[in-house]
Amino acid sequence: MRDVAVLGVGMTKFGELWDRSFREIGIEAGLQALVDAKLSSGDLGALYLGNMASGSLIDQEHIGPLILDYAGLGARHLPAVRVEGGGASGSLALHQGYLAVASGLYDFVVVGGAEKLTDVPDATGNQITSSAADHEWEVVFGGTLPALWAMIARRHMHQYGTTREQLARVAVHAHEMGSKNPNAHYRNKVTLEQVIGAGPVAEPLGVFDCAPLSDGAAAVVLGPMELAHKYSERPVRIAASAVACDTMAVQHRRDVTTLDSTVLAARRAFEQAKRAPADVQVAEINDAYTISALLALEDLGFSEKGHAGPDFEAGRFARGGEVAVNMSGGLKAQGRPFGAVGVAQVVELVRQLRGEAKDRQVANPTLALAHDVGGTGATSVVTLLERAS
Amino acid sequence: MDAGIVSYGAYVPRYRITPAEIGRVWGADGEGMGQSLNVVRKSVPAPDEDTITISTEALRVALVRGAIDPQQIGAIYVGSESHPYAVKPTATVVAQAVGATPNLTAADFEFACKAGTAAIQTCLGLVGAGMAKYGVAIGSDTSQGAPGDALEYSASAGGAAFVIGRDHVIARVERTLSYTTDTPDFWRREGQRYPSHSGRFTGEPAYFRHETECARRIMEAAGTTPKEYRHVVFHQPNGKFPQRVGKQLGFTEDQMRYGLVTPYIGNTYSGAALIGLANVLDHAGPNERILVVGYGSGAGSDAFDLTTTDAIAEFDRSYGRPVQSYLDSGVELSYGVYAKYRGKIHMGGS
Amino acid sequence: MSIARFWRETPRRYNLGGSKCTMCGTVYFPPRAVCPTCAHHRESIGKMEPFQLSGDGEVFSYTTVHEPAEGFEMQVPYVLALVRTVEGPVLTGQVVDLAPEDVRIGLKVRATFRKLREEGKAGVIHYGYKFAPAEDLPNRPPGRPRGAVGAPAGSESDRAAA
Repeated sequence: MRDVAVLGVGMTKFGELWDRSFREIGIEAGLQALVDAKLSSGDLGALYLGNMASGSLIDQEHIGPLILDYAGLGARHLPAVRVEGGGASGSLALHQGYLAVASGLYDFVVVGGAEKLTDVPDATGNQITSSAADHEWEVVFGGTLPALWAMIARRHMHQYGTTREQLARVAVHAHEMGSKNPNAHYRNKVTLEQVIGAGPVAEPLGVFDCAPLSDGAAAVVLGPMELAHKYSERPVRIAASAVACDTMAVQHRRDVTTLDSTVLAARRAFEQAKRAPADVQVAEINDAYTISALLALEDLGFSEKGHAGPDFEAGRFARGGEVAVNMSGGLKAQGRPFGAVGVAQVVELVRQLRGEAKDRQVANPTLALAHDVGGTGATSVVTLLERAS
Repeated sequence: MDAGIVSYGAYVPRYRITPAEIGRVWGADGEGMGQSLNVVRKSVPAPDEDTITISTEALRVALVRGAIDPQQIGAIYVGSESHPYAVKPTATVVAQAVGATPNLTAADFEFACKAGTAAIQTCLGLVGAGMAKYGVAIGSDTSQGAPGDALEYSASAGGAAFVIGRDHVIARVERTLSYTTDTPDFWRREGQRYPSHSGRFTGEPAYFRHETECARRIMEAAGTTPKEYRHVVFHQPNGKFPQRVGKQLGFTEDQMRYGLVTPYIGNTYSGAALIGLANVLDHAGPNERILVVGYGSGAGSDAFDLTTTDAIAEFDRSYGRPVQSYLDSGVELSYGVYAKYRGKIHMGGS
Repeated sequence: MSIARFWRETPRRYNLGGSKCTMCGTVYFPPRAVCPTCAHHRESIGKMEPFQLSGDGEVFSYTTVHEPAEGFEMQVPYVLALVRTVEGPVLTGQVVDLAPEDVRIGLKVRATFRKLREEGKAGVIHYGYKFAPAEDLPNRPPGRPRGAVGAPAGSESDRAAA
């Protein structure tokens, strides 16, 4: 296995992209990444595309060749593979691209993630995305993604004394950072009172505790580390890419307040990179729901179990804190186009490691962590990115 | 007759609405209406309840109380005028849900408000003939009156299930007798959402004639008089009619005490007389004689002459709610929520 | 949803038919073909036997849902809970017949039979378990299984859950 580098990144604006189609946003992100990598399309070996539900959302399956075709690469007959893992589809695609380059099978691959959620009404979008939970034993009985996460939240509050205010802080922080991100779905700041006073979705979670349904696409170009400097002035090494799965339904978890998939993916990633949580300066974590972020901070090893709420309140995860979390605004403010999320996390972190994050820039980071979750935690993907010296 | 009631259970949904609240919406004197009907409140099913769920809950209680192996049930008949499907039986869902399938016969009965008592008679025949160890008869409804119609003040939801058998009988059926004519007092045509009725014609020529004739004939056949019965249960479309029938026949308030439940839960149609009977059995000791006279529009009455046995003293009623708890409790709804729950609001769309 | 897809699960949805690992004794719902937790994972294949849950349990966590799943619009707000059954498995289901503000962790509940959803006004109706508060109800008499799921071991409804 050889070292893999991120050579180029690109993403569309996230949000309500009424005038743009799925294929348009997919291609925009991919071409941006290609240009950023100073790579000729003739160098490419394969395309991996993360997407959760194009068939249900836009009546289009078989989207690998579709994007390849409209990216002008149809005649090159490259292999194009769609990867699906609920909301973690994007980082699962990244994992596949990583393996392909690391194995030596391909030198250069594009990994994209794209989702078009506004082509269906909100209720339909919520119903379709809830299929990342266990349809037969959760959704059929009235479960939705926010409802399932709300039950996790209620239990976390019960067991650890996590407060409504601590949950709300996650959203306030996300909007604060989103206001600095020109690609973000939401660029407005919100107050603690606004978050707590917002209409309920699934108690204790309210409207501001839940990430939006967004359109968007993101892409990265991967290549072997040994060739990286030829294509990028500031290549970023993938220090680890790890995936772990867990039971499909929340009801079957060993511990409802812990995502074992995240714990295991993080452990595997840190072992692979021979690093520890304390080495990470900047992270993009899953905050699809405010409680998701608190669980992630604990399960990734940044907080002790049950302490993420107070730690968040204490500013440990702010810009300038011990680990700067979700400088992009996270899923909550940057947006949540399901299959694009994991790739967009890597785009943000590469920009942070290159020092290109402008208003959101963290001081001189060297190690970054991306954490992506599918459904209620049946899949977690942890990626460690390192500034190449 | 050596067959009788082996076990029973009743179920009434949790929600209630008062005649005053209904009258408030229609500009009518709802309180006065309630007083004239002797209905204090009526039950309302939750949006996730129907005749199938009510029947299942009532039967589950009966099976636990009687320690009855559902695989020994040879027949399930559900009487209702509000079967959720026009075509597809209620009884098969109930049978599956209590674990009685597949070695049994099942069917839905419809005879306005007396389909449940007709089901009991059928079970008595089956069990008496040795064709089934246990027969289950259920009377259950989620009845609707048209918005603003007089029926809306009383039409409610609930049901009761009776297991008929020959062993461990808690109430022996001494005799059953029916009185049936073609009398168009109340009906619902195929495809119509709400029933129609013939106003005051539903009184003397329909309800009163059939109830009194049927009661007189069964007492005559049995050689009994009203005073030999400890309890009497009439069909109870409202709280007034059964009181008047009882008085006409010479029964006292005390005899009607437990059998009259409509004032507190409304008219549960196929469930009405049967929930009244369940309440009587909740309170009865051994060797008490009970007269039950059901009525269904269209029209007919089924009468039962019952005597409780020594086994009722040992019968464990502790599982499930007693009927009295349904009469005493409930959560009152506004007309708006009631209309939503009962599907009376036009929702648009497909 | 597909009629067949729902119909084939009726032994589970109507009657709480689960399974039990004969190697380690752990009970599962819905039933599993192989024991996920015991040391005999591989040996448990073919040795999972049908097991019916009683339907008794307590609320482990819950939420009051205001933005409903499809088909639950008429019930908003409704309470969804994780219910830990007395036999061990945790089930996801609605808690009915109780005001949302009265639900709490630890509340004793009992399975009840309700409509889950309808396929529109003309389609089939799907039924299954929900939970209702059990604290104000008398206890189940000892040795008497619930009528709902209480077919004796080896009976038809038990076998149907296999």
